[in-house]
Amino acid sequence: MSGESPDDRADEESTDPRPATDGGSAAGEGPETDSRPMPSEQPGPRERDHPEGRRNLEGIRIDPVVEAEHESRRAVISALVEDEPGVLARVSGLVSRRQFNIESLTVGPTTVDGHSRITMVVEETDPGIDQIEKQMAKLKPVISVGEVAGDAVTSELVLLKVEADDPAAVHAVSEMYDGKTVDAGPETITVELTGDKTDVDSAIGAFERFGIVEIARTGPTALARGNTPTAPGEKPGTAGEPTTHDD
Amino acid sequence: MSDTAAQPRSDGDESDGSSAGAAADDPTDPDDEQPAGPVSTGAESVVAALEAAGAKTAFGVQGGAIMPVYDALYDSSIRHVTMAHEQGAAHAADAYGVVAGEPGLCMATSGPGATNLVTGIADADMDSDAMLALTGQVPTEFVGNDAFQETDTVGVTRPITKHNYFAGGADTVGDTVGEAFELSRAGRPGPTLVDLPKDVTQDETDRTPGPATPPAGTDPDPNADAEAVEEAARAIESAERPLCLFGGGVIKGDASDEARTFARSYGIPVTTTMPGIGSFPEDDDLSLSWAGMHGTGYANLAITHTDCLIAVGTRFDDRLTGGIDTFAPEAEVIHVDIDPAEISKNVYADYPLVGDAGRVLDQLTAAVRESPDAGAWRERCAEWKETYPLTYATPDEEPLKPQFVVEAFDEATDDDTIVTTGVGQHQMWASQFWSYSEPRTWVSSHGLGTMGYGVPAAVGARVAADTMGESDRDVVCFDGDGSFLMTMQELSVAVREELDITIAVLNNEYIGMVRQWQDAFYEGRHMASEYSWMPEFDKLAEAFGALGLRVDDYDEVAPAVEEALDYDGPAVVDFHVDPEENVLPMVPSGGANGKFATAEDQL
Repeated sequence: MSGESPDDRADEESTDPRPATDGGSAAGEGPETDSRPMPSEQPGPRERDHPEGRRNLEGIRIDPVVEAEHESRRAVISALVEDEPGVLARVSGLVSRRQFNIESLTVGPTTVDGHSRITMVVEETDPGIDQIEKQMAKLKPVISVGEVAGDAVTSELVLLKVEADDPAAVHAVSEMYDGKTVDAGPETITVELTGDKTDVDSAIGAFERFGIVEIARTGPTALARGNTPTAPGEKPGTAGEPTTHDD
Repeated sequence: MSDTAAQPRSDGDESDGSSAGAAADDPTDPDDEQPAGPVSTGAESVVAALEAAGAKTAFGVQGGAIMPVYDALYDSSIRHVTMAHEQGAAHAADAYGVVAGEPGLCMATSGPGATNLVTGIADADMDSDAMLALTGQVPTEFVGNDAFQETDTVGVTRPITKHNYFAGGADTVGDTVGEAFELSRAGRPGPTLVDLPKDVTQDETDRTPGPATPPAGTDPDPNADAEAVEEAARAIESAERPLCLFGGGVIKGDASDEARTFARSYGIPVTTTMPGIGSFPEDDDLSLSWAGMHGTGYANLAITHTDCLIAVGTRFDDRLTGGIDTFAPEAEVIHVDIDPAEISKNVYADYPLVGDAGRVLDQLTAAVRESPDAGAWRERCAEWKETYPLTYATPDEEPLKPQFVVEAFDEATDDDTIVTTGVGQHQMWASQFWSYSEPRTWVSSHGLGTMGYGVPAAVGARVAADTMGESDRDVVCFDGDGSFLMTMQELSVAVREELDITIAVLNNEYIGMVRQWQDAFYEGRHMASEYSWMPEFDKLAEAFGALGLRVDDYDEVAPAVEEALDYDGPAVVDFHVDPEENVLPMVPSGGANGKFATAEDQL
């Protein structure tokens, strides 16, 4: 092992095994390296001085005493994308590969031919959310991406199939939540509801007593309020003809 | 980038090649570009697009689904180098791109051909190397039916390409290929892929591809925000311990001149990442060589103690940073990168400067008015260089030390010599004990750490140098015994093409880096790392038709180096080196850079 007996080359001048070639490998390099300190003469890891500062796991320089950790938060991210085959696989693959914690993902067309909007809800720290936006922006089919402002309109859809033992009661609860009966049979009744996450959650709670047979639920979709564009730089309906790369 | 990305996209599918501004904005040398000639099939359109984009060389392997494209290459000015294995084609194209500074081109057929490219594509992706891969695909009507030699190539390569395309028709395939070629080098470089169904390349078309342009929004503004540059300049002026960290982006961005000017103008010490080797001459007084797991002790100490880190074109890989909590713990970080997604990804950037490395360094050079007062810091760095030199013991008998072999080649060759390597201990010695002074002379697999990269990379590097009219440059491949055995079949290509390369196998009959870690962290249990079953490489080289030499002793080194370099063709020297030699210094994985070990008992 090199660590065991690092012979000092200065002692071996006469028995130097290296050939004294003309302009070749070892010539002229021997005496210089012979004076280099070998590991045994160098201060080891513990003998060197080390700075006091440090960084947290997100690479942010922090005060040695005060720990700066970021809390996770819920963020709605909206992306305008070209509606080419594989775009959803690209986005979801990117998100899953990087281990971002994705809560929901919805996709649908926009008024512009060939454009789709992806709405994604994630639970991440601020640096994580920043990375999601930047990484998504790198994808070629992504035209624009950004976090939707906190006061945005969000809504999700749920279809609930419940047992039809007491149709009147089901109808009553459905009305309370502005729901709509979309299918009614002797065995089951299917109700459609929309609203934000809390609305939908509490509606589901209310329907539980009838016995929920099946449930299908989308994640939230979102639009920014007023004139604020939902994705940065977006000009709704005026984005022009989309680029496609092939048929 | 997001600003431009939001622009309306009007250069649609039916672009007729007359889209305004396309040629004027093209970053490539217009001399390289020729208008595409008349075509009659999709395959001819593919080749015409490649020629028009300036592609000169392709590396690949024939096969069923790619045959129409090869047929169209028959009459092309593009030189095709047939490789022994598709992995070799991808690595050769990658290395070609690194040396030539333009996208490398590799080709394979569908199914196994395409999957064999995958390692090389992933390697290029990790190292941000511009490369275009063309893969054959079963005819469109069979796609998804598990047809013979079918793989979902677009799906397989999606996470390892900058973007990939499934060609949709003969009329548009040429434009797609041209766009993919330009996209691979636009902004942050990376590999792109076009999957070519056989019907698309066989079908008739008379549509000549238009000028190749990258997709809208993918060619970002090269200049950083002027205000941010001013703020960064103030931080540099007031720093007491400034340090430059030049990464692979400096080399990809052809910014070595600007980097040298900047560091020398203000007397700021320089360290590089491993992919950044060659961006700054290692024999310069300001150079601290490269930092990271096996970087120099003085580079790692400088990173640990700097108060202002000017990081250019690096993604702060964990092999560089060690544990993030201890990385440059007192430094404000100025991060220059063309890719906004790299900013604050691993290390938070106090001063983010998004732009082209050369342009931003020019901006910084103009904005910094007075040099930081760093005299004491430079002295301290010099002391570290004295205290922790790269060194190794040379006992007066065998076994031969591998570092000695690297030094022997370095002494015997010119500064413009291109070094390629596989991955392992030999790679570290080749980077530690060779003094690099020019960009694009160090060609290695960094991010992916692909064993077997060295020989095909030497083929690609040699072809690139020859294509550039630089046939007098030497190409030396340092390989390990394990690494060499993985892709040595490409030696047959070097023999066939009469490529003048020298392969130095640092043969320790171990998969040496694993053996070193087993000794350090697994109580010396050498599970599956002993390679005492290695063949005799000198004889194998002769069987391939190359020159084969074997060296066991110190006094055989110089003559063998001379003979191998003088030989006009591929030469393999099997150096039997000390099997117990370790790569030092070393920062244990996830450890603090400043606590590097210089001896095994410190691990």
